[in-house]
Amino acid sequence: MKLKKMVPLAAAVIIVLGLISGCASNSGSSGGKEVIEIGSQSPLSGSSATLGDAIRLGAQLAIEDQKAAFEKKGFTIKLKDLDDQGDPKKGVANAQILASDKNVLALVGHLNSGVAIPSSEVYEKNNLAMVSPATTATVVTDRGLKSVNRICARDDFQGPAGANFAVKTLKAKKIFVIQDKTAYGSGLAEQFRDQAKKLGAEIVGYEGITVGEKDFSGVLSQAVAKKPDLIYFGGVYAEGGLIIKQARQKGFNGPIMGGDGLDSSSTVQIAGDAVKGVYLTSVAGDVTKTEKGQEFAKKYKDKFGKNVESYSAYGYDSAAVILKGLMNAINDNDGKKPSREQVEKAIRAVKDYDGVTTKVSFNDKGDNTYAKVYIYNFEQAKYPPVQKAEISQ
Amino acid sequence: MLAHIIQNLPQVLIDGLTLGVVYAVVAIGYTMVYGILELINFAHGDVFMTGSFIGATVLFLFMGMGFLTALPALIVFLIVIIIAGIATGLLGVGIERVAYRPLRRKNAPKLIALITSIGISFVLEDSVRFIAELKTGNYIVTAPSIFNHRFTLSAHDWFPFFNNATFQGSFILVLAVTVVMLVSLDLFVNKTKWGMAMRAVAQDRDTASLMTINVNRVISVTFFIGSALGGATGVLFMIQYGTIDPYIGFILGIKAFTAAVLGGIGNIRGAMFGGVMLGLLEMFAAANLSIITHGAMGAEYKDVFAFIILILVLIFKPEGLFGKAVVEKV
Amino acid sequence: MTSLGALFNKIAESKRNQIILFIAYVLVTGLGLILLPDSTVAFLLLLFSILILYYIDFNLKAKWITGLVILAVIVPFISSFSGSYQTYMEVGTLVGIYCAMALGLNIVVGFAGLLDLGFIAFFAVGAYSYAIFASGQAAKFMPFGHYPLPGGTFWIFILIGAFVAALFGIILGVPVLRVRGDYLAIVTLGFGEIIRILLNNMDHPINITNGSMGIASITPPNFFGISIGSSSQFYYIALCIFLVVIYIVRKLENSKLGRAWKAVRDNEIAAQAMGIPLVKTKLAAFAIGASFSGMMGVVFAAKQMFVDATSFTYLESTIVLVMVILGGMGSVPGVILGAAVVIILRTQVLTNISNWLSSLSATYGIPIPPALSPEKMQLLIFGLLLIIFALYRTQGLIPHKNRKVDVARLERESAELAHKASSGGADS
Repeated sequence: MKLKKMVPLAAAVIIVLGLISGCASNSGSSGGKEVIEIGSQSPLSGSSATLGDAIRLGAQLAIEDQKAAFEKKGFTIKLKDLDDQGDPKKGVANAQILASDKNVLALVGHLNSGVAIPSSEVYEKNNLAMVSPATTATVVTDRGLKSVNRICARDDFQGPAGANFAVKTLKAKKIFVIQDKTAYGSGLAEQFRDQAKKLGAEIVGYEGITVGEKDFSGVLSQAVAKKPDLIYFGGVYAEGGLIIKQARQKGFNGPIMGGDGLDSSSTVQIAGDAVKGVYLTSVAGDVTKTEKGQEFAKKYKDKFGKNVESYSAYGYDSAAVILKGLMNAINDNDGKKPSREQVEKAIRAVKDYDGVTTKVSFNDKGDNTYAKVYIYNFEQAKYPPVQKAEISQ
Repeated sequence: MLAHIIQNLPQVLIDGLTLGVVYAVVAIGYTMVYGILELINFAHGDVFMTGSFIGATVLFLFMGMGFLTALPALIVFLIVIIIAGIATGLLGVGIERVAYRPLRRKNAPKLIALITSIGISFVLEDSVRFIAELKTGNYIVTAPSIFNHRFTLSAHDWFPFFNNATFQGSFILVLAVTVVMLVSLDLFVNKTKWGMAMRAVAQDRDTASLMTINVNRVISVTFFIGSALGGATGVLFMIQYGTIDPYIGFILGIKAFTAAVLGGIGNIRGAMFGGVMLGLLEMFAAANLSIITHGAMGAEYKDVFAFIILILVLIFKPEGLFGKAVVEKV
Repeated sequence: MTSLGALFNKIAESKRNQIILFIAYVLVTGLGLILLPDSTVAFLLLLFSILILYYIDFNLKAKWITGLVILAVIVPFISSFSGSYQTYMEVGTLVGIYCAMALGLNIVVGFAGLLDLGFIAFFAVGAYSYAIFASGQAAKFMPFGHYPLPGGTFWIFILIGAFVAALFGIILGVPVLRVRGDYLAIVTLGFGEIIRILLNNMDHPINITNGSMGIASITPPNFFGISIGSSSQFYYIALCIFLVVIYIVRKLENSKLGRAWKAVRDNEIAAQAMGIPLVKTKLAAFAIGASFSGMMGVVFAAKQMFVDATSFTYLESTIVLVMVILGGMGSVPGVILGAAVVIILRTQVLTNISNWLSSLSATYGIPIPPALSPEKMQLLIFGLLLIIFALYRTQGLIPHKNRKVDVARLERESAELAHKASSGGADS
């Protein structure tokens, strides 16, 4: 019997790959101080990478800002950032990685509701507190999980807020709704549609498009032919930018409205001049309005060489809320490293945290009672757009 | 209901034609390769995508050098499309060399060639994504827009039951360039010596090689032409829609293949017809499905219809609308 | 290197040495995992023992039992000391799920030679069939019954999932099998996309799949009152189904049907001439392959507790295909190895290397652009694997071996048969 040549070869390959991965996983405590890691999960690749990266960088900035305070207590805090690729399977697998790392006590994440929902089942089992900067789907917190929190507004607040603005302020009577058939897009568009109907506007069309396509002329010629006062789009900038552009090419000059998925510099990049006259609702406030925000934007730019995106500040505030809860938990635990349960409780208990863009207090479901929806308008073809209204719950 | 559909017809026809000619030229790439090698070149959609990215890169380079303002747009466009065409043509020849020729030599089953072509398609997508992301930080690339004058077709003045239709300057360009490409290809295949060699190889490779035709070279030429056309269409696509990403090739490739099958695979004129047909059908479905079904099915089902057409054609008339039925021999 | 090889051969010659070495290997790697509980290497090395086991000169039954003991007892037990227990078990569960799927696809592609590029659709069908009834979703369109169904029905749903997927396999197969070869590939691709789009849109006029919002809060399975929720528990479910699948595949491979598949694959027309019913044979391949996927779909839905159409894209279909090609078309051990390698590469190795790179750039300030992260390079890596294996090693990692036929026995048997026939021929 001859052992096949392949076996030692494969063994060698596995060992080499394993050694590398072993190095990766063996980063234990450093400098005699206890390590506490804050996880982060957001899409760093794929079509919403711009938004996902903003969340990650925001969280990183928050951690670096407060590093010193934790050093004094004898802890080194670190960010453990994972890429969920906007894929639920990947999100769950990453969640297991975070859950099994004893040093991870809480995490900032996710961008997509579709990823957050299954992943949070894992967090719940492991008492790992999650603070989301951006998942707006109602079901995320409606399941009543004790580990799930979010600092942004829910779809059933954002959608109707948009509808109120569209019908009452913009006086739209006939509205054409387009959505991208993703969990995010249809959730938002549905909420918008229902509220607009309630306010007496006529929904002249409700159509879906396919993510990843570039030609939306079919749907848009249908839309334009119906002569609506306003076109609403539930979806993300990659398709939204093109819809804006192609609608304008088809001669539609009325307002186009969208959700926070359009709140990105990429919308302007894709749509170009056509972006003028586009309204959007966002759960993220304009950081350049406040002094605190301007300071944040400057620091962010200095550190990463990028302009702030809407979610940068939300990533920052999510991480900051976690750190505040963590600090409380450490103090309550006589300066020792707290357990995950303690951190989970402490984060849920955070009251009136005053962050860069939003104040934060969680209700018993984990929704932020201070969450606001902002309405913006692109008056010029440049990002960020101009804030028009601020709506509280 | 009917009034709505008719009102919209001019606009739907224009949009459908734009998409249709893009399908048509990409479909030709599939049909040429299939005619000669009986191989579905899955990577062809991604060659199209690579072409659009090469075009965008050249356009950005020109913009950086200030050519865009110095030269008339049409000349810039011609240079871009020629560069992209040649580059993707060479890419196609390279793909054939690396991925298909060794298999042909080994007489491997067709299944294997299909699998390599899927592999090539992945590699192309990811390499382009990688380069784009490295350079711009985001793989969705928006090209500088040229030819964006808006025209209005006043159909309403001629026929009161139509609505007016609008289109971009680029639409005329896309239409003109594809027609030129299609006609010259048709002439090339039917009137030149190389074209004759190609047809001979398609008919019977072994006999053709006995007639002193260098089969490998003919195959290379076929790949060059098919890929160059695909790449050039990528540039047209980029100009028409403005935004491109590394994954546009997949779904467009599948649809172009559907078009090729619809017209009878291996048949160049059939592919042209199939492409235009599919573009029109798709646009019509997107604009009117929800009107016809009263909201039960919306535009999101248009791809389902494209695939159902494909399946139906393959099952009931596998030779396509213009192809000849082939009996399999042992 | 040659002396090492010689040493290897020398050791390998004696059966006893092999057994001792193997046990030593398991002990050492097991100990390694206990001492370095968070090391992925140790875990992978322990798993690697299964592959070594495959190559050992051992009697078949003993090999199966040893393998089972390692997978069902040793691996879970040892890794339970580790903080990464659930991660390891999650990987184990995924490997089990994808192995069964790859074995299913192997029947279609490897045995019957029908290239199916929409295989994930059957997985989706299985997943949705459990998800709809084990959540409040069914109540939205079903006029009777109380939903969600209790977790105990999960076990029945494994069978239902298999059945529904098989049904879809046949529904797809009947029209599709009229087309040949590469057309089949494109038609199945289209079919896969149709299923995905339908699942993503069937929220109106009747809300069956909840459209793009997906189905959340799926009831976890229930085993005699124990609610199954963690990966370590799903690991055993996946393992059991996986064993059943292997058993079926092993039985089928050398059965009449299995030989008919291979005949169809090698030459359809000749096979037909030999009296093999083409359509029936191909349909059987589609149905059986699909049913494996369907079963694992049910497990997947129960494990994720959430399904939506984004988990069932064309990319997933091709990943399963990569597993089959990588392992070796038609080779059962090969396909299992292929599935394990791809899943471990995807979920463990690439992620770990990416993290390592990003920690490098964080601690040492080495600028590594995020575009370079190997995690994002999955497509490139799998594409290259496909090309390399298709070009240079068509038979895959563990090539398929045809069962050797004992010629003498066959001759004896046929002589007996002929004898019987000639003596009994007068009666009929």
